[in-house]
Amino acid sequence: MTSDSFTTPGASAIEFHSVYKRFHSPDGQPFTVLQNLTFDVRDGEFFAIVGPTGSGKSTSLALIAGLESPSDGTVLVGGQPVTGISREVGYVFQSDAVFPWKTVLDNVVAGPLFRKVPRAQAMEQAHDWLRRVGLDGFEDYYPHQLSGGMRKRVALAQNFIIQPRILLMDEPFSALDVQTRTLMENELLDLWSAAKSSVVFVTHDLEEAIALADRVCVMTARPATIKGIYTIDLPRPRNLTEIRFHPGFAPLYKQIWEDLRSEVLASYERSKQRTS
Amino acid sequence: MSALNNVQVSPLPITELRVEATLRVAAQRRRVLINVLRVSFIVVILVGWEVFARANIIDPFFWGQPTGIYEQLKTWILEGTSQGPLWQQIAVTMEETLLGFLIGASLGIVIGILLARIRFLSDVFSPYINIANSIPRVVLGPLFIVALGLGLPSKVMLAVVMVFFAVFYNVVQGVREVDRNLIANARILGASSWQISTQVIFPSAMTWIIASLHVSFGLALVGAVVSEFLGSLKGLGLLIATAQGTFNPNGLFAAILILAVVTLIVEALITRLEKTLLKWRPNQIREVGL
Repeated sequence: MTSDSFTTPGASAIEFHSVYKRFHSPDGQPFTVLQNLTFDVRDGEFFAIVGPTGSGKSTSLALIAGLESPSDGTVLVGGQPVTGISREVGYVFQSDAVFPWKTVLDNVVAGPLFRKVPRAQAMEQAHDWLRRVGLDGFEDYYPHQLSGGMRKRVALAQNFIIQPRILLMDEPFSALDVQTRTLMENELLDLWSAAKSSVVFVTHDLEEAIALADRVCVMTARPATIKGIYTIDLPRPRNLTEIRFHPGFAPLYKQIWEDLRSEVLASYERSKQRTS
Repeated sequence: MSALNNVQVSPLPITELRVEATLRVAAQRRRVLINVLRVSFIVVILVGWEVFARANIIDPFFWGQPTGIYEQLKTWILEGTSQGPLWQQIAVTMEETLLGFLIGASLGIVIGILLARIRFLSDVFSPYINIANSIPRVVLGPLFIVALGLGLPSKVMLAVVMVFFAVFYNVVQGVREVDRNLIANARILGASSWQISTQVIFPSAMTWIIASLHVSFGLALVGAVVSEFLGSLKGLGLLIATAQGTFNPNGLFAAILILAVVTLIVEALITRLEKTLLKWRPNQIREVGL
């Protein structure tokens, strides 16, 4: 496969073409995590992936980021095959991945400094982003001195500052309490609409996926294939504290849940068999 | 308990203030009691030793006695030892120990990170490191004295070998424990391999490295002193060897005491270094051991 055959500039930020990913279990047995995945994420789109636990959602993100490579098939980012860590990509992890030994400011400025932005300029950008995520005044704090929500803001600033064309988010808010989570989701939408980057947002929470995304992709239980991709035509700008009461929300939720439910049950049955 | 949690909240209602005051008095009493018991413990031991020694129940010829140790220390401090002034012996041993400690720890950290990070290197060298580690290090002392002579280099060398392995294995473990997500995050933010080593792996392994420094300073001292036993012209180890040769138990205890005091001082310095270097950590795990 040559890269040229898929080069379609502008239209798609990310393309998966018949992607397979296999791993080897500790006893040497191969198992397939992703099976024949084909989808695309458009430029500037908010794309959510939902699926049962352990279905390979995170693996898809790792393929886009270049942390893993596909066993078969092609992953294109910006029309080019992924051959390593892409400079165009930001990644917000599920667990805290901010550096605990760096202060808030040093955490945010890390990306630009890694990328050889002059120090003064990088500092200026960092202060600007700390202001935008509401952390000015906390520059010299260490992450363990902050609340979970504030640490997520550090992670967001750390990623938005490198101005990624694609932002990957792996259940970023799952560890937060419900109120903080809603606030963070609103902030994320604000940052996203200002930055105009594409977001791939992995979650197991269908409600969160519908509330945030332009399109929701439902994945099957392992090996993961695509069950369906749904367009969420709720109006923007959205307010996460109210979007759930929009008349369009419930029908969408019902329709997608019908698909997701059978996969969740399948995955649950399998985990029960394994433990018994 | 609730009053304890609210210590910083003020103003408190009168009743809570009273509870708080009672608790503070109780805590203070406990502190006084502990200090009194600590002092009495050592006084009982020393007085008991002295009394039994004078009564010849413990033979002071073999076991020494506290007043004798005191006299020995006084002589050493005021008149110097048979091999020169006391401070000189301490300085010589400390120089060997610190040099051995610094060189050994640096080598342990650098080689530890290299072998833990670069799979190929560890595949090639790990059998040799494991074999070398299985040799009891002190037996290398005579070899170093034969090869390097009675002076500083042979002492430093033994201290280096003692320190290296303790630090090395801790560093390898520390590097293995580094959160994979942190490395992935740094890579995505654009860090080079060198930047990952210095800004992610090293600080993350720092907890383990610092823990190994506490142990390895003691090991460096063992290396220096043992090497001085084996052959030297100066140092606390030679002082001990001389005291042994002249059947002087008070001299032995006095030298041991000096070594203990020196070690405690350096330990305190390492703890202070630890607090500066690990100030990013929540302070729950700091109290290790006694």
